Amino acid sequence: MNNPFSNERPIYLQIVDRIKVKIITKEYAAGDKLPSVREMASLMQVNPNTMQRAFSILESEGIVRSHRTSGRYVDLDEAKIAKLRKDLAREQTEAFLASMEQMGFTMEEILEELEKLRKEK
Amino acid sequence: MSILELKNITKKFGSKVALDSIHVTLQPGKIVGLLGTNGSGKTTMIKLINDLLTPDQGTVQINGKKPGIDTKKIVSYLPERSYLDPGMTVKEALRLFSDFYADFDRKKAEGLLQEFSISLDSRIKTLSKGTREKVQLVLVMSRKAKLFVLDEPMAGVDPAARDHILDTILSSYDEEATILISTHLIADVERVLDEVIFLDHGKITRQEDADELRIRTGKSIDQIFREDFRC
Repeated sequence: MNNPFSNERPIYLQIVDRIKVKIITKEYAAGDKLPSVREMASLMQVNPNTMQRAFSILESEGIVRSHRTSGRYVDLDEAKIAKLRKDLAREQTEAFLASMEQMGFTMEEILEELEKLRKEK
Repeated sequence: MSILELKNITKKFGSKVALDSIHVTLQPGKIVGLLGTNGSGKTTMIKLINDLLTPDQGTVQINGKKPGIDTKKIVSYLPERSYLDPGMTVKEALRLFSDFYADFDRKKAEGLLQEFSISLDSRIKTLSKGTREKVQLVLVMSRKAKLFVLDEPMAGVDPAARDHILDTILSSYDEEATILISTHLIADVERVLDEVIFLDHGKITRQEDADELRIRTGKSIDQIFREDFRC
């Protein structure tokens, strides 16, 4: 029942990210039918308008395709999924770098630390 | 057409100005938060919408009509204080609503009461304050109204029940309707809001899309509120 969203960022963007992750992790596969706006909104405990907004973005990015009568489907081929993965990796890495730089670490130090971790693994 | 329009509304109580030339327009299909500290004028504004007060200046229009018998048919109002007769049972309260409001969906109300595990046979006076609030909310949300006006719907319930109440509001919300929720529990409520109105000492200081406000400031509505209203 707890609100899983942060209040600092628009919730529809957080939903978009969450659905993208579900696609990358293959929880949703290409061709899968998505729940209706109402069902999805109640599942995520958000306002249906927020859900509608999230779907519109996914549609405009070509990740979801909507059929006027039968609902919304995941519309992705391997190339699009690969691009989604890359985008997500980039986004997460940038966020990580930004927070490291804010703490005063240089790129060299960060890379050195990453190298060390790789060797340990 | 807008569902609610307040034009240049001023309301005074003696020499105290409760609302000072305010303008508000609400479109259909939105959940709007009316946010302000105690004494900012939230309840006064809500009473004007429900024809319980008349403005000293300006006009109120609901779906193009002045507040009155016609607008009460399309406005479902949750007052700050309970008006249910404490001697009544929950079932009798349901009957009262069925008699009063043609748009009352009794089945829906019974379903929601069951979800909250509230027995139809209990008397209102035997219920805790929080449970009484839930009964009242269920009654109000089970109408098929165009405008819902909820004055502090969660003030008396514990934090754990607030999410449940919000979900009840969301699940019974039909996308054509507009809900105006007044509250000072912003952190609990902001996730469901499309729009926010900040009311400060009788003046509207903000009315805008909640997400645009978050994008522009990178902050939560709660944080912005605390900064705006810092004494």
